[in-house]
Amino acid sequence: MLAEMIQRLFERSLDDAAQAQARGGQWLDALWAEVEEMGLPLALLGEDQGGFGLSAAEQGEALMLLGKLAVPLPVAETMGANRLLAKAGLPLADGAAGLARADHLTVENGILKGRVERVAWGEHLSCLALAVGDTLYRVPRSGWSLAEAGSAVNFHPRPALEIAWEIDAQAPLPHCPLAEGATLRAHQIAGALEAALDMTLRHTATRVQFGKPLQKNQVVQHELAKLAGELACATAAAGLAAEALERSDVLGVAAGSLRAREAAGNGAGIATQMHGAIGFTREHALHLYTTSLWTWRDEFGGQVFWARLLGKAAVDAGGDGYWPMVTQL
Amino acid sequence: MSAIPFPAPPLDSDEVLALRTEFRAFLDKHLGHRTPRQRSDNWYGFDRQFSLEMGKAGYLGMTWSKQYGGHERSAYERYVVVEESLAWGAPVGAHWIADRQSGPSIIKFGTDEQKETLLPRIAAGELAFGIGMSEPDSGSDLAATRTKAVRDGDVYRVTGTKVWTSFAHEADYVILFCRTSGTPADRHNGTSQLLVDLKNTPGLTIRPIIDLAGQHHFNEMHFEDAIVPAKNLLGREGDGWNQVMSELAFERSGPERFLSSIELMYQLIEVLKGREDDAAMATIGRLTAQLAVLRRLSRSVAAMLQNHQDAGLQASIVKDVGAVWEQTLPDFARQLVDAEPDPRTAAAYAGVLANIVHNAPSWSLRGGTREILRGIIARGLGTR
Repeated sequence: MLAEMIQRLFERSLDDAAQAQARGGQWLDALWAEVEEMGLPLALLGEDQGGFGLSAAEQGEALMLLGKLAVPLPVAETMGANRLLAKAGLPLADGAAGLARADHLTVENGILKGRVERVAWGEHLSCLALAVGDTLYRVPRSGWSLAEAGSAVNFHPRPALEIAWEIDAQAPLPHCPLAEGATLRAHQIAGALEAALDMTLRHTATRVQFGKPLQKNQVVQHELAKLAGELACATAAAGLAAEALERSDVLGVAAGSLRAREAAGNGAGIATQMHGAIGFTREHALHLYTTSLWTWRDEFGGQVFWARLLGKAAVDAGGDGYWPMVTQL
Repeated sequence: MSAIPFPAPPLDSDEVLALRTEFRAFLDKHLGHRTPRQRSDNWYGFDRQFSLEMGKAGYLGMTWSKQYGGHERSAYERYVVVEESLAWGAPVGAHWIADRQSGPSIIKFGTDEQKETLLPRIAAGELAFGIGMSEPDSGSDLAATRTKAVRDGDVYRVTGTKVWTSFAHEADYVILFCRTSGTPADRHNGTSQLLVDLKNTPGLTIRPIIDLAGQHHFNEMHFEDAIVPAKNLLGREGDGWNQVMSELAFERSGPERFLSSIELMYQLIEVLKGREDDAAMATIGRLTAQLAVLRRLSRSVAAMLQNHQDAGLQASIVKDVGAVWEQTLPDFARQLVDAEPDPRTAAAYAGVLANIVHNAPSWSLRGGTREILRGIIARGLGTR
């Protein structure tokens, strides 16, 4: 049901013009108001915490949908930040929120100081769920200034923030914001790949060359099959990451996140190639998805970060311990 | 809505966890002595004694009714036993095909007599089966089959040639896909399946086909006016095509589609132990993530089968993506470790690598070529 509500909201209120504004770095204020009105920021929380009490499957579906609709607002990040803040027993966000980890920040005389790189829509957030070491801070908007502009591959803002904040909300870290963010992104990637597959199927059915639709060619069919395979892997990877996050298993998050990141690149490549030149333009909506896939796959700890973490654990398990480790992911 | 849905697999219950532990102890007891090189034979190892032990311990025919020697356990529990067998490189050849596809086909289509005589012996690990589908002129194009069975009183007289029959020289039976009427031009119509006793069929000769590794797994079965009792017809005469498709669905649904080279992963990790090599760690991490996700997809398929859902498309995706994983593993290994593969060495890494290099090409051919599978997936997406 939530999925239907999300679908309806963005199909109604998110058009090409809004996407272009977001690409220009503009915050979609009216759309965000609708997001809040629907209660989406608390969607991942239990009913006792003011949330929706969704099942794991419904949560996954909602997060995937944010990717499938190319929502150009930090809705997923806000949902994840609230989940993390709630778990830590800190006050929830009173608007859009971000997730970050920055272990180099310092605390002097009760003031948290330092620079946090590349926070999605950092200027427009109400608070930041920020991990430093084993502590989670809930930094309000008044606690940072913009240090440097930054942009993602999909042209959404990723500014660096200069934190200078008198600490008044902190708690032991329940789980890492990078794991939270990586899990959200895995779902968005799966959703965007689903949209990309839909578009690619439509395009290759209607585009006629040499007297027949593109998808009547076997070589095209095989690329479509590969794209469906990448989508299946990304969806399974997101589910794997979500289950691992639930039991605070960072290796499972690593595995799910990594495979989704890989699918993002593989899938975006196939979808663009199957569209031909039009897929390389802003005239076709495919670019909303491909540029977001190329954004999301490198965020919240990059591919190398997660791959080393998982690889090191695998090698430490040794030849005899490897399979038992895999069956626990 | 174009995505091919994979439902989330169930979380491991206490029963499943206990089964996994119990079965690992069983494997350790019976196979603990095997070398890495032996384990790397994976599902093409053949050991009658081991299959009998599997049967005795109740790990064969797990989902079948007790009436036929089965154990009435869930498809998911069977999945655990299968994947653990493969992960251990257990020599499953003497029960593998019978437990996976021949037995289920007999349950689905067999007569009471066939069920009563064959199923308990399969579940006991006593009967090995082979697959009688491919022919010299009909591989992927199974409907072009030419082997002909002509009814003559209470027997069929069979003439034709089947190829790529793994372990036909060791096994007890094959399920033969053949034409009981018409010509290859009739395609799907007029085909049937016969249970052929490999040890006791006058007119049948079995000849080895040696693979490029120098190993004898494959065989050619030549039927020259061979006599097969009419009561060995499986299912209905003329229904062969539907039956063989159902058999293929069993064949394509398992985890063997990405675990064939798993021993190389273990040996690679042993070689990398103690190395401070970030790039190598990252590669192992990516491969492990791919494997974990393949396992999840494969468990989804097992759960779908458990719920009696058609998982043909999903299984094709797992097999397609899985074959890429197991097949490209030696190339990743070669990027991380310099070692000349040697099929005769006693050294674990070089020996396992050689075995995998030799056998990997077959993994995107067996049980449906990569191209056929991608065609099936594309059709499932609505392209033709």
